[in-house]
Amino acid sequence: MATVSPTPLLKDELDIVIPTIRNLDFLEMWRPFFQPYHLIIVQDGDPSKAIKVPEGFDYELYNRNDINRILGPKASCISFKDSACRCFGYMISKKKYIYTIDDDCFVAKDPSGKDINALEQHIKNLLCPSTPFFFNTLYDPYRDGADFVRGYPFSLREGVPTAVSHGLWLNIPDYDAPTQLVKPLERNKRYVDAIMTIPKGTLFPMCGMNLAFNRELIGPAMYFGLMGDGQPIGRYDDMWAGWCTKVICDHLGLGVKTGLPYIWHSKASNPFVNLKKEYKGIYWQEELIPFFQSVTLTKDCTTVQKCYIEISKQVKAKLGKVDDYFNKLADAMVTWIEAWDELNPSAAKSAELPNGATK
Amino acid sequence: MSLAIKDDEIDIVIGAIRSDLTSFMNEWRPMFSRFHIIIVKDPDLKEELKIPEGFNLDVYEKPDIDRVVGSSTSGLFSGYACRYFGYLVSRKKYIISVDDDCLPAQDPKGFLVDAVAQHITNLTTPATPFFFNTLYDPFTEGADFVRGYPFSLRSGVKCAFSSGLWLNLVDHDAPSQALKARQRNSRYVDAVMTVPAGSLVPISGINIAFDREVVGPALVPALKLAGEGKFRWETMEDIWSGLCVKVACDHLGLGVKTGLPYVRRIDRGDPIVSLKKEWEGVKLTEEVVPFFQSVRLSREATTVADCVVEVANAAKERLGSTDPVFARAAKAMLDWVNLWKLVGSISSQSPAV
Repeated sequence: MATVSPTPLLKDELDIVIPTIRNLDFLEMWRPFFQPYHLIIVQDGDPSKAIKVPEGFDYELYNRNDINRILGPKASCISFKDSACRCFGYMISKKKYIYTIDDDCFVAKDPSGKDINALEQHIKNLLCPSTPFFFNTLYDPYRDGADFVRGYPFSLREGVPTAVSHGLWLNIPDYDAPTQLVKPLERNKRYVDAIMTIPKGTLFPMCGMNLAFNRELIGPAMYFGLMGDGQPIGRYDDMWAGWCTKVICDHLGLGVKTGLPYIWHSKASNPFVNLKKEYKGIYWQEELIPFFQSVTLTKDCTTVQKCYIEISKQVKAKLGKVDDYFNKLADAMVTWIEAWDELNPSAAKSAELPNGATK
Repeated sequence: MSLAIKDDEIDIVIGAIRSDLTSFMNEWRPMFSRFHIIIVKDPDLKEELKIPEGFNLDVYEKPDIDRVVGSSTSGLFSGYACRYFGYLVSRKKYIISVDDDCLPAQDPKGFLVDAVAQHITNLTTPATPFFFNTLYDPFTEGADFVRGYPFSLRSGVKCAFSSGLWLNLVDHDAPSQALKARQRNSRYVDAVMTVPAGSLVPISGINIAFDREVVGPALVPALKLAGEGKFRWETMEDIWSGLCVKVACDHLGLGVKTGLPYVRRIDRGDPIVSLKKEWEGVKLTEEVVPFFQSVRLSREATTVADCVVEVANAAKERLGSTDPVFARAAKAMLDWVNLWKLVGSISSQSPAV
């Protein structure tokens, strides 16, 4: 099974989406790996500020004025003054795959000292199957030097298509504010040399710092919610997208992987600022997790959009009473799908999968 | 964060499939010598056991097995399943068990891995089966729960079972072993993680540890292949047993961890010869896994033994007619639960049999 052929570049099939309010100097370090690709830069904050993009990159840049112009009233679903605005980039892209990275993430080194080409690893992850129905104790069985273990049924060894590749971070770990306050000096130094499929039925906290996905398979589920300016919550954008995405992937028989690649996360955000943003989320989370664990999607939810609309209805019905924010969020979820389908008309039909039923 | 446990709460149980344990015991001496060891000789093994001096151990052979369980049930304990007799007669809380063709592994820095210590750490820190932590074991040094992990789930649950891994010879089935005869596992993955609730996993018996008091009855010497042999790829007993453990743990809210520690497996055997025997195991897996995935335990099953009985009855009902090996496995599970009641659940204050 192990093939040693080089990983395809996919340079015409993949967009790199980067949200930013400052500068993009970090791209210099990524140049050897990112230069072949098209970048979609989503400029948050003050649109009159000019964002300098390093020479030699092929990119399109959208600020708030552009988002308002393109989406009109539907722009209300895109967050302002929060990196959640990046999901506009997913929507406007015309490519099959998306890689998104934060502007304080740099190239990490593996234990041998070699620079890690994170994008190449994400592509590998997305191009080979996932195995959500039975846990393989040697992790990714398709990897060079690995395989399925004894006891793994042969009938499950083909796997399912991979929709999401969730990468990790060395140095500053992605902790919540309370943990940051208690452990301000902790650094993630452990390089865990594994990629694994998150089993069906299991939720996880999806971090948007180093994330890739198959836009054709799961794009409409990657809505990063209402955060930032005018909203009661922040730092739960990627979490929200991750829970919706995982529920939909489980329903449609798609895989979500986590593990390699690592990037080097350089900047620790201010824990007191974070605490203010996360505060409500920490409480609401206790309702959200049981909610997502019990979401039911019927057999007629055969596309990502149908699944997503159905989830939005259940959000309104069950979470509206937790806080009125969830009513607004449910409406924004619908707006997002409408906007997605408007900007991606042919994709609306083609995303239909033959069997939407849960196994 | 881990509970402090005493050396005398631990038994190391070794099933002797081969008679000469000299180099095995000597290589493990730094890790094993503090603990009491139970060695159970495979009843089919004819040669005398060779065991080096200097260990605190009890050795059990066929006559002992017959004496304790009676010759009608002693058949449960042949081949690799002989170690289960050790689990039965142990009087300790924690058991660590490795195959007799495994030696200590080296970590990437070149240090010998103390598999015993790592298993104990795994068992005495909580497991987190209800939500996946992307930084793996949050209780390990230098790690924690990540942003987005619900606070109410951060105390975790008791870890009842720790499943370790292997470098060098991989635990493949026979067909894979035959196809990839030269492949060796050289990747050291520096992580321990909880296998999520509801997710089943093929637990290899090569390198395991468990809380005997909590989960002992679920380690069942039940599924014996017609052509079961003396190489790991000719067995399925541990896979069946591990699925029982996982189903029971999921039902009772207990945790199962996988990952570190690694042991090093010695090359031996000819997988192509074994292919003839092990096709049976590969075919049976196609029935076994869907069966366990669909087993639903009742609310009345409040102990591990209850869970085992329900699984056994379900196996007899749903799989019994598919292949006689399943009917035999179901009976073996019930025999085991009875044995456990008679012999196994005597308190740790009692003398060993």
